[in-house]
Amino acid sequence: MSPARGGAAMRLSGLLRKEFLQIVRDPSGIAIAFLMPIFLLVLFGYGVSLDADHVPVALVADAPSQDSADFLAALQGSHYFVPRVAGSLPEAEQALREGAVKGIIHLSADFSRRLRQADGAPIQVLVNGVDANTARLVEGYVTGAWGAWLAAQSARRGQKLDMPVDLQPRIWFNSELKSRNYLVPGLVAIIMTLIGALLTALVMAREWERGTMEALMVTPASMSEVLLGKLGAYFILGTGGMLLTVGLAVWLFGVPLRGSFWLLWGCASLFLLAALGMGLTISTLARSQFVAGQIAIIATFLPAFLLSGFIFDIGSMPAVVQAITHLIVARYFVAIVQTLFLAGNVWSVILPNAAALALMAAIFLGITWRKSRKRLD
Amino acid sequence: MWRRILALVRKEFLALLRDPKSRIVLIGPPLIQLLVFGYAATFDLQEVPYAVYNEDRGAAARDLLAAFAGAPSFQKVADLHAEAEIAPLVDARRALVVVHIGPRFTADLLAGRPAPLQVIIDGRNSNTAMVAQNYVRSIVDRYNDGWIAARDRQGPPARLVMRAWFNPNLESRWFFIPGIIGMLTLVVTMLVTALTVAREREQGTFDQLLVTPLRPDEMLLGKMVPGFVIGFVQATAILLVATLWFRVPFLGSLPAFYVGLALFLLSSVGAGLLISALSATQQQGLLGAFVFMVPAVILSGFATPIENMPAFVQTLTLIDPLRYFLVVLRKVFLEGAGFALLVDQFWPMALIGVVTLVLAGWLFRHRMY
Repeated sequence: MSPARGGAAMRLSGLLRKEFLQIVRDPSGIAIAFLMPIFLLVLFGYGVSLDADHVPVALVADAPSQDSADFLAALQGSHYFVPRVAGSLPEAEQALREGAVKGIIHLSADFSRRLRQADGAPIQVLVNGVDANTARLVEGYVTGAWGAWLAAQSARRGQKLDMPVDLQPRIWFNSELKSRNYLVPGLVAIIMTLIGALLTALVMAREWERGTMEALMVTPASMSEVLLGKLGAYFILGTGGMLLTVGLAVWLFGVPLRGSFWLLWGCASLFLLAALGMGLTISTLARSQFVAGQIAIIATFLPAFLLSGFIFDIGSMPAVVQAITHLIVARYFVAIVQTLFLAGNVWSVILPNAAALALMAAIFLGITWRKSRKRLD
Repeated sequence: MWRRILALVRKEFLALLRDPKSRIVLIGPPLIQLLVFGYAATFDLQEVPYAVYNEDRGAAARDLLAAFAGAPSFQKVADLHAEAEIAPLVDARRALVVVHIGPRFTADLLAGRPAPLQVIIDGRNSNTAMVAQNYVRSIVDRYNDGWIAARDRQGPPARLVMRAWFNPNLESRWFFIPGIIGMLTLVVTMLVTALTVAREREQGTFDQLLVTPLRPDEMLLGKMVPGFVIGFVQATAILLVATLWFRVPFLGSLPAFYVGLALFLLSSVGAGLLISALSATQQQGLLGAFVFMVPAVILSGFATPIENMPAFVQTLTLIDPLRYFLVVLRKVFLEGAGFALLVDQFWPMALIGVVTLVLAGWLFRHRMY
């Protein structure tokens, strides 16, 4: 090893030591890297679910009969509903207005009679449309219960139900449609975006604000080495947080990891570089901790939450908004983790997204490097 | 006394708005974000990419495929000629739905046998998969109804008549945009409040403030006002964009909206100042802001209903001011609610506000370094 290189290695290890000392001294850094991922993932992993089970619905039969009791029994058998019988339609409507029930299933007085007529009996389904997604789910569940009831009815009468096309949906990768299986990998990406940005958003600004950046400038360490020291220290912390969240996803929440763990590790490293780079960029451009903190609050969480494809389908957004989502680091990692966890090593998804992450990392780190040359102003 | 408070308020505004970068951050992004998020936040699918693998040359298969081609929410991306082509297409996320028609489809239909129709859906995003499945089901149901009617055959003995209150077309955008107003208001108050005391502590100016004749409650008031004013202005601007640009109906009473907003600002400013008063450094303040804001948004019922959460998480959401404000917003916008229906949402926000502010004021004096 030549003396010059040995000097660089020594300087770098010294800078790394300095960063670690600073991290240890203010315990909030450790909290960000290790406690926050556990706290957020456990809270959200249990808390966030789109599977509406046990939806409260009101059942109203204007003229109770054997037929209406039969249909209501079909609903009561479904674990999707917690049905309660309401005495009258106005009573049920009041409950719907108050939010006590999510829907009303109403059988009119002539239900039994019209059941035996050619055009059939109407079953009125009223839902509260404010939460459109839950309303759709309720409609879907009622339709399922209705279909099962029809089949049972015709079987009892010894007829075959007239069903021309028999739809047989197959859901790949997540056959039970458990929303947790797709939300938890996405949460790993969202949480790590926050952690990455939080870890670094203030570090450069802090050095500028306290004047210690100038102190660093007079050392033989070059600016690239200063940056590398910071990046290295927080990269190690971030990797720890990443391993924690992935471990929790697999062992606590039982999400299947069908792809390769090492591939996930590689992609996660690229992603961490991009997320840390974003934090460093914010920090460098803002120069003051206060402004850097403000930018971190506004630029990281909500965009990652809403525009990453974590919960809202990117393909259904207007073209302009789809273009904007390409600026969101989390978007690429959400695509990678959802695929690696649920589908496996699909290179046609992983390669382009990993390349995008590498590009984002290069851009952010490049901006940071350019903007923090040794100069005073 | 008022002179002192006024002077402090002026100083707080100057501290916030003096830095041009800070000014830009406070004013620009929330409005831009409303526009972008307003378009992004929907569970309705557009142009679902689907592929067709048709092994049947009959007319019935052609008719069914025409129904898919005519559906505005579907967009065909490929015609497949072998079963082996399905997996790569779905794996690569190029098609969300694959419609597979078997070779005996038309023959089965004409013979009066149920004709199986296999539909493969990418379940990586289970919600998208479920919505897509419902779309497919409604196309198939309509096709079945047409087939039965055209052949004068006996339909099912009972049929469902669905109606949705307050949002007849079940547009999920109407559900999300009022929620975005709440989220952005929370973010703006965090921007204004969460770092203020921490910054003064770190720079030592807070000690100077403590030796002035200002009492802690006066200091609290001075620190609260900017959050309130900026929150009010932003929320009003966002309300205008939501109603005039996105055309979300606003059926309820405007006073009820503003009372809800004032109480929500009270509670979120309180939470922000409490975080700030607890932190010795801005790094800690920023961490606190995230530890509060992220769960407050994700567990507020914005995208995933609170009823779906397990009991202990539901209990935890009771201290989340955004939870109450979202109910107020949705009821005021879509259900036309007035004060009477909203009291249950108002008082918890007021309580959270008072408790956090009292604690913050106490900490001003009692947390020293």
